[in-house]
Amino acid sequence: MENRMKKSFKLFFIMLKIGLFTFGGGYAMIALLENEFVSKRRWIQADEFADMVAIAESTPGPIAINAATYIGYQQNGVLGSAAATVGVCIPSFVIIFVISLFFDAFQQIRWVAAAFKGIQIGVVVLILSAGLKMLRQMRKTICSIVCVVLTTASLVLCSLFAINFSSVFYILIGAVIGLSIYFVKRLWERRKTEVGK
Amino acid sequence: MIFVRLFLTFLKIGAVSFGGGYGMISLIREEVLSHGWLTEEQLLRFIAVSESTPGPIAVNMATFIGASQAGFMGALAATFGVVLPSFVVILLIAALLKKVMKYAGVQAALGGIRPVVTGLILGTALILLLSAIANLRTVHDAVLLDWKAGIVFAVLAVSATVYPKFRRKSFSPILLLLFSGVMGIFLYL
Repeated sequence: MENRMKKSFKLFFIMLKIGLFTFGGGYAMIALLENEFVSKRRWIQADEFADMVAIAESTPGPIAINAATYIGYQQNGVLGSAAATVGVCIPSFVIIFVISLFFDAFQQIRWVAAAFKGIQIGVVVLILSAGLKMLRQMRKTICSIVCVVLTTASLVLCSLFAINFSSVFYILIGAVIGLSIYFVKRLWERRKTEVGK
Repeated sequence: MIFVRLFLTFLKIGAVSFGGGYGMISLIREEVLSHGWLTEEQLLRFIAVSESTPGPIAVNMATFIGASQAGFMGALAATFGVVLPSFVVILLIAALLKKVMKYAGVQAALGGIRPVVTGLILGTALILLLSAIANLRTVHDAVLLDWKAGIVFAVLAVSATVYPKFRRKSFSPILLLLFSGVMGIFLYL
């Protein structure tokens, strides 16, 4: 029992450190986690780590939180996953909360307000390049390209015409389309093999 | 009750955001605008701060929006909400369903979600761009070109495309935000 507490504390502090030093979200954090848990401490094997990354990427929620929860559980059960997840969140929480106390006053400064006008455009460019990067990495089939184009167009048009259609529905529709294609394909293949007989 | 609303809103965001980082941006935008928590300009500033401070962007955004609406407890409610779905889903997978991600059906659903999330991110970027450069939010707005914003966008777009070709790595987000801030000071002050 004492050992488990000790290990959870250790997990907590490692994750605290990682939460404090990663900028730019999920993928930057994966590199730090790999360095800490695979290369340095050898708590996790490389192929297991790769499996973990695949899971963290394809489950909902921030990748960093998914990875922390998974590693914590794998190292030390539910207690470990709670310690790791709380650890990775604390730096974010404290830093942002302190900033939020001064942010309004800070924005009132004339040159800061001017800088933020430029920075707003910078953020748009960041979001655009994140989307383009995902587009480049996507497996391109006719269906996936149609999905991207339709979603983009419909999102922009709904916004321009002030129609409320939540992003949640787009994601659900995407899942249904993916599943339908899969089942149709399977039926098709089964029929082909039956005809072949 | 604002705390419950913050918690539930971010619970929803945490539960359906795929693809990390900006995967949740379209939903966050919809939610904060429809609740009247932030304006589009404020949202962009919050994203800039979340991007240039350490930690996962989604957690930073949740803390920031929560704090702006209801102080410390608001920040706590929103952050707890955004983290909880991850925590529960991953615990289930790690404890009980190690192989669930390998099922063909799960992969097929994810295969359909991925292009949609890409579209959501691209669409949100276009919406924000139209509103920043042309002041175009709905079709009823008169188009008002902001040429300064246009210049900042053009310079950033060109440098974000050209830079990786010389340095073999992408323009770091913080560098890009600093650069755009400097341009803002020169153009708008």
